[in-house]
Amino acid sequence: MCRLAMKTAAEPFSPYSVLQAMEAMREGYDGSGLGLLLRGVNFADFNYQSNDPILSGIAHSEAALHRLNDLMQTKGFTLKYDHEFVVKPEMLEARDRHKYFLRVYKQPDAWATWDKERVEHELMLNRLDLRENGIKNNGDLTVFAFWPDVAIIKEVGWPLVVGDALGLSDDRITSRICMAQGRQNTNYGINLYACHPFFIQGIGTMTNGENTAFVPIKEYLSGLNLPGYVGYQSDSEVFAHILHYVIRQLKLPLETYKHVITPLKTSELANHPQGEFLLGLRNVCRRLIIDGPNCIMGSLPDETSILAMDTKKMRPATIGGKPGEWAMASEMCGVDAMIPDRDKSLDFQPMRENTVIVPAHRKEYIIWSQFDPYPLPQAA
Amino acid sequence: MVSIRSIPSTPGSLTYHDLPWIIEHREERCTLCGRCTSICPTECLHLTYRRHRMPQLDILRKKRGSEFRTFTGIRQSTNLTHRCTGCGMCSMVCPNEAIGPVPNANSNRALFHSHQKGEAWKRGGRRNSQVSLLDQISFNRISMLTDPALDAGRHEFDLNTLLGRVLPPEEYLRRQASGEWIPPVREIFPFVIGSMSFGALSPNMWLGLLQGVAYCNEVLNIPVVMCTGEGGCPPWVLRSPFLKYLVLQIASGYFGWDEIIRAIPEMQCDPAAIEIKYGQGAKPGDGGLLMWFKVSQLIARLRGVPAGVDLPSPPVHQTLYSIEESVMKMIQTLSMAWNFRVPVYPKISASNSAKAVLNNLVRNPYASGLLIDGIDGGTGAAYNVSMDTTGHPIASNLRECYLDLVAQGKQNEIPIFAAGGVGKNGNVTQNGMAMIMLGASGVHIGKYILQAAAGCLGNEKNRCNVCNLGICPKGITSQNPKLYRRLDPDQVAQRVADVFMGIRTEMKKIMAPLGRSQNLPIGMSDALGIGDKDAADRLKIRYVC
Repeated sequence: MCRLAMKTAAEPFSPYSVLQAMEAMREGYDGSGLGLLLRGVNFADFNYQSNDPILSGIAHSEAALHRLNDLMQTKGFTLKYDHEFVVKPEMLEARDRHKYFLRVYKQPDAWATWDKERVEHELMLNRLDLRENGIKNNGDLTVFAFWPDVAIIKEVGWPLVVGDALGLSDDRITSRICMAQGRQNTNYGINLYACHPFFIQGIGTMTNGENTAFVPIKEYLSGLNLPGYVGYQSDSEVFAHILHYVIRQLKLPLETYKHVITPLKTSELANHPQGEFLLGLRNVCRRLIIDGPNCIMGSLPDETSILAMDTKKMRPATIGGKPGEWAMASEMCGVDAMIPDRDKSLDFQPMRENTVIVPAHRKEYIIWSQFDPYPLPQAA
Repeated sequence: MVSIRSIPSTPGSLTYHDLPWIIEHREERCTLCGRCTSICPTECLHLTYRRHRMPQLDILRKKRGSEFRTFTGIRQSTNLTHRCTGCGMCSMVCPNEAIGPVPNANSNRALFHSHQKGEAWKRGGRRNSQVSLLDQISFNRISMLTDPALDAGRHEFDLNTLLGRVLPPEEYLRRQASGEWIPPVREIFPFVIGSMSFGALSPNMWLGLLQGVAYCNEVLNIPVVMCTGEGGCPPWVLRSPFLKYLVLQIASGYFGWDEIIRAIPEMQCDPAAIEIKYGQGAKPGDGGLLMWFKVSQLIARLRGVPAGVDLPSPPVHQTLYSIEESVMKMIQTLSMAWNFRVPVYPKISASNSAKAVLNNLVRNPYASGLLIDGIDGGTGAAYNVSMDTTGHPIASNLRECYLDLVAQGKQNEIPIFAAGGVGKNGNVTQNGMAMIMLGASGVHIGKYILQAAAGCLGNEKNRCNVCNLGICPKGITSQNPKLYRRLDPDQVAQRVADVFMGIRTEMKKIMAPLGRSQNLPIGMSDALGIGDKDAADRLKIRYVC
């Protein structure tokens, strides 16, 4: 079973500290891979401006790297910084990794006049282009993200060993949010695109457990024919896309996510102040109801973090920490490893109706319940 | 040439071993009580005097000879009008197990004589094919190892489905914000009692079903709905709070709708939905065939016709110039009758062209669903040739339609309900759940309910199947009080409750190992497997062996 660890802090920290938490949770899990999402990124060797998009991925051959360079040049992107990992290839299981890249680009000058939505759309299309290009060329190019302030690393192997192999302990990369997941998707065959966290337009989620309602949800999302709703090498990718759909397509508040994936029962909605609206929402979003068991952790572009479970709550998780620094993990020992000097009485394990939200100020976390009034005027 | 009349054989002559069912009568057990002959619905049994030779051998006189004994025996008629239908009521009433029908293992020569007096063979019942593709489907995606198994007995399950137009979420939010009309949606149990009319069914049967449905809703919290079929329903039901459990059907004869329309101002609640029947699986392209002997005073009043006349519904609706136009007009008109508060959906027979109807409905903002009825559907009366050979099996038809919606990103926006052969061999929950995982939002069951709730004697070997003649030996499909008073509505209601409680438990037993409990697994095709490669390819499910 996967282990999840996530930390959010006002001061940037090394992802290696989160990997150590993964190590603390090692008992009872196969540690077959590592997925890392860093947000609020700092490079020790480069003064990063957080508007510039970062391209994260792997070139599996020199030819792929050249092709990538050409493509980015053709698209009008200028390379500002190319993070050099100090790689110890002998520690890695995979043998075909020519170069891990985290590259900061300056976006094309022509984009300067575009509004934010168009720029964000183009960034996604560019990522999908590169991904498609890699797939067409026998998978020699893997692209995880192309987005400002977000870096993603994915690799097969024991998480801490992968971290050592990529030199993540040297503090050359730090971030204010780090999401780590420790397993390749062994249910559907090993594939780097099947590794959490999943990312789309600034929204990242990771999950443990199995999404048993995967096929109908995947079919629905694919049928919407929206660019970006592709992939689905893992049953958990839909969690990121549902969050994206709720926030960016439906433009509903973050609290809606839980109402969509695990709606309240009819009898419960009958007593809810916005029950009628939520019942209608449940009906129209019924195809997106997850059936778990899953624990879901996510982060948003404004550095808000969330934690939620499915209704059955058979994949519990804990959040703990102190003002300015919060950690969530699928195992309590993971929280202990990330923030040992905390007041444990503030620890919380969300129930089926809860979404834990850590706002960007990180002074406290909010426990939001589905039974609370729903924050949308049109539902009143 | 003059035929030889002394040999008693004509082209139509049959003997008892030419018939589909042979009565086995054990003379030594029979007390001649006469119960079998009086219960037989086709009057096939009759008493005859027979002569029995008693061989005699007188040894002292060295003389051989015979004496004859006369006895009263029971014989079956070889007249096809009075043939044995295998219903077995004779054995049910016999106190000494002296009599009963057995299927004729030899070729059934009577089949060649089924057309009589210029009439093609008509009958009630089913397709008489035991083959069921649905029976072959198993649920293979067991979550035990990757996740903790659910406990069917202890976890909470949401088993209900939606009947009604489901808007795209964006459109729902837009309409909600601007205060526009949002289509009505009902939350119902996914096993619906399919359309069987008050007319086809006896009053005791129909009211027993309704009573059972009301009990399921009000006591057991299983929101079962039942469809009336064509012909309306009793006026007091229309004005009762039970109307909300009924789907009112309008079909090409519009029978019963005068009564319904008149009752609208006095209705205490809205019906669950309106079903517009364009076709049915048992007899596609054919209307209802209620024969004169089933048109009692009560039926005549409900339908607004004289008693004792044949009531054949036309094959198509009178308004039908094109299906698009008809569907649009009728759906809109009927929605308007209840001020757009009631879902209105068409029922069609499964067909290669079902997708065209579906795509038409997708573009009709008032369409609330689609019911597709496959070739294995049953009926009260139809021509044998229609029942056996006309139509399309439901599984692939449903799957195609569902995947068509999926490709458009509109899955379940028009909920597809499937019918025709669900539970034909008794595996009702397994059949229904297989349909649901192939993409149905729910299933309609008719024959199964008759068999399970009222003890209908019919089976897939052409047993009984005389629903069309009004002589149903159990009183299920008869309008003759002497027959239908055999059926106690309370007992029917009790069986309805038993059946739905059983289905509810079995649904949980299927869903729990799949890791599903929060939502009906509509379209969860990854859970399905079948040991037939061609069927697996066609249905886009896993081939397992």
